[in-house]
Amino acid sequence: MRHGVARFVTGFLALPVGLYLFYVVWPFLQAAGYSLTDWGGYSDRQQFVGLDNYLRLFSDELIRKAFWHNVFFLITVPLFTIALALFLAFLLNVGGREDKAGIRGVFGSGLYKVIFFFPQVLSLVVIAVMWQQIYRADGQGLINGMLMKIGLVSEDEPITFMYDPEPFLGVPAVLWWLLLIAVWSGAGFYMVLFSAAMQSIPKDVYEAAILDGAGRFHTFFRITLPLLRDTVSVAWVYLGFIALDMYALVFVMTPSQGGPNHASEIFASVLNFTAFQKGQFGYACAMGVALAIFTILLAALQLRITRRERIEY
Amino acid sequence: MSVTPDLDRRTLLRRAAAAGLLVTPAAGLLSACAGSTPSQNDDSAGEKSNDNPFGVQDGSAVKVVIFNGGLGDAWAKEDQAIFNAKYPNVTVNMSSTQKIKTEEQPKMATQPSDVVMNSGADMMDISTLVNEGAIEPLDDLLAAPAWDSEGTVADTLLPGTVGDGTYQGKFFVVNVAYTVWGNWYNSVLFDKEGWTPPKTFDEFFALAPKIKAKGMAPYVYDAVHGYYPRWALMATVWKSAGKQAVIDIDNLKENAWRAEGVLPALEAWEKLVKDKLLLPGKLDHTQSQQAWLDGKAAFIQVGTWLKNEMAATIPPGFEMKISDYWGLGATDKAPNDVYAGAGEGIVVPAKAPNKAAAKEFLRAVLSKAGSAKFAELTKSLASTKGSGDNVQDAALASANELMKNASSDLISIKLWNFYADLDKESQNLSAELMAGRLTAAQFVDKMQAAADKVAKDSSITKQTRDA
Repeated sequence: MRHGVARFVTGFLALPVGLYLFYVVWPFLQAAGYSLTDWGGYSDRQQFVGLDNYLRLFSDELIRKAFWHNVFFLITVPLFTIALALFLAFLLNVGGREDKAGIRGVFGSGLYKVIFFFPQVLSLVVIAVMWQQIYRADGQGLINGMLMKIGLVSEDEPITFMYDPEPFLGVPAVLWWLLLIAVWSGAGFYMVLFSAAMQSIPKDVYEAAILDGAGRFHTFFRITLPLLRDTVSVAWVYLGFIALDMYALVFVMTPSQGGPNHASEIFASVLNFTAFQKGQFGYACAMGVALAIFTILLAALQLRITRRERIEY
Repeated sequence: MSVTPDLDRRTLLRRAAAAGLLVTPAAGLLSACAGSTPSQNDDSAGEKSNDNPFGVQDGSAVKVVIFNGGLGDAWAKEDQAIFNAKYPNVTVNMSSTQKIKTEEQPKMATQPSDVVMNSGADMMDISTLVNEGAIEPLDDLLAAPAWDSEGTVADTLLPGTVGDGTYQGKFFVVNVAYTVWGNWYNSVLFDKEGWTPPKTFDEFFALAPKIKAKGMAPYVYDAVHGYYPRWALMATVWKSAGKQAVIDIDNLKENAWRAEGVLPALEAWEKLVKDKLLLPGKLDHTQSQQAWLDGKAAFIQVGTWLKNEMAATIPPGFEMKISDYWGLGATDKAPNDVYAGAGEGIVVPAKAPNKAAAKEFLRAVLSKAGSAKFAELTKSLASTKGSGDNVQDAALASANELMKNASSDLISIKLWNFYADLDKESQNLSAELMAGRLTAAQFVDKMQAAADKVAKDSSITKQTRDA
């Protein structure tokens, strides 16, 4: 009987595992293989060059620039997204006044949940195209238009958003504007994630805290946040992946896909340029493999640091 | 060879599909079009004559694939009618698509179509097709008598058409659409105000205050795609420094960017930016074109596809006309050279089953009657001389006029087709110069440095041009 179950399960798993190996793992291995060659992408000629492509990565100025831009997103995207999502989730679930029905969210929280989640249903490209109109750098842009109407921005000098490489806190302004979109579009999903986690926290814990005279500030930092630790940690890893990508936003929104003049260049945009415009697939594969290794290390490190005893309610 | 950036989203999807190829076993397909040596058996040999120079066989069939993009496919149906009027017993199987590479490349090595218009975002890479021997040289088409006028087919083509279709010394690509670049203006407005379109920057700078006084910006440009302003910058460089200077730049010659005339050309643009003659704000190609149509700016520079691209939103009483790019004046080495060239290429696969009919069909496409229909339907010039002569369209007529007054040399820049690195750098620097963050001198220094870097990089295959 037991034996039969094992065979039954294996039978079901064989096909998906096979597909996974063929369509995911095998291409990864192939890319790793190509990264050791000087393949140009359009012929069957390629030469083995060993680790040359990887060594080249270290002396490539553009890659270095792109790397630091990715690091910027790596720090800021999770930080701001999680902070905003936590804040919203707290307000929607336990931030309201307590009454006879117990702890609840602020008035109208059901509606807010839908509104905040809304960006998640849109594809990232749709979001980018929409924000192009919001960020439009003349009087017809949503933000510029409104600010001009109330006289905060002069008609002759609109805010240039995606075209502004001037550094703010040492980082080109265009990256901050991209960050705003990433946080806006991501916060809704994590709000729902955190809401679900918060709802699994027993209400009596809150009630006890309130009886003891804890305000919203203390309930959040002393109860909610510590009990959400696991969820926040996972969210941080996911958002780290998103921060290392950012490709769709940069590709659709920035001038020359990474501009102005490389001010918003990221790993993926350099990779795209190297492979499809320069025709250096081997080198581009090396970039991809390097990024993959970096991502895996980061995720491992992140989960390791935040690992600790689980709390059973 | 589509010159418009078209939909960014479409490009994105194409890139995404290509990115998929990078990591899938399907990468092998990329070289699937590798042809063996062109087949020599001429199974379609009919009687050859002056009237039927390739020997099209009665009763045969020819398969034609048209790119259905910005130019549509109505013009090709006219060519089919012209062809069938002469060969009623030859069947033309015409189809049109936007997915040229997706649909045609897999067939290239086995049973390709006879005529393929290789254009749009999903086009087959031309240099790969040539290197792999997958397409047929069409030099005999050039030498054949023209369909309905005197001389050979080559004689009927506009200057640059043969050069633009020639790779490694052979003519492979029949580019059917002819694009002229220049500064566009609204002739109704200019007539009303008594303004004349300037020929030089000095004339423009003199006119600019009058334009500003009317509450208009003198100039608007595409701030998203660096290659838009780059056309204009390089046109001024060519006019000012002359053809040889640009050839040297394309050939990565030492200190080519420091040649006499290059810096002053860019300084004229620097002045245009410094004097605040640009419409405030950063717009993309269609937004800037719309701003120009809305009367917010007097001049915009772009190619002759402009009218087709903006057809839906041209306001009543707006008459767009093109004028030549501005030079610097008396010091110009090539003041009358016009920026123009042929695009939208048609190829005949080396393994096409009915090459005779394919070439004959192309002869019909390049006919006087066919190209006139092309110009009439697309509002763009065809590569055949005089295609726009009888079209009642002010925009087309002004382009036609510009070409008639042009000198024999056409402005053509190869730099960005030769080297992807310099393509990127020149786009970025052009945008920076137009944004006022770069001076002309810095532009020259940075381009020279980038060119030197490419010249020294042994991993990059070098290309050269003689003319």
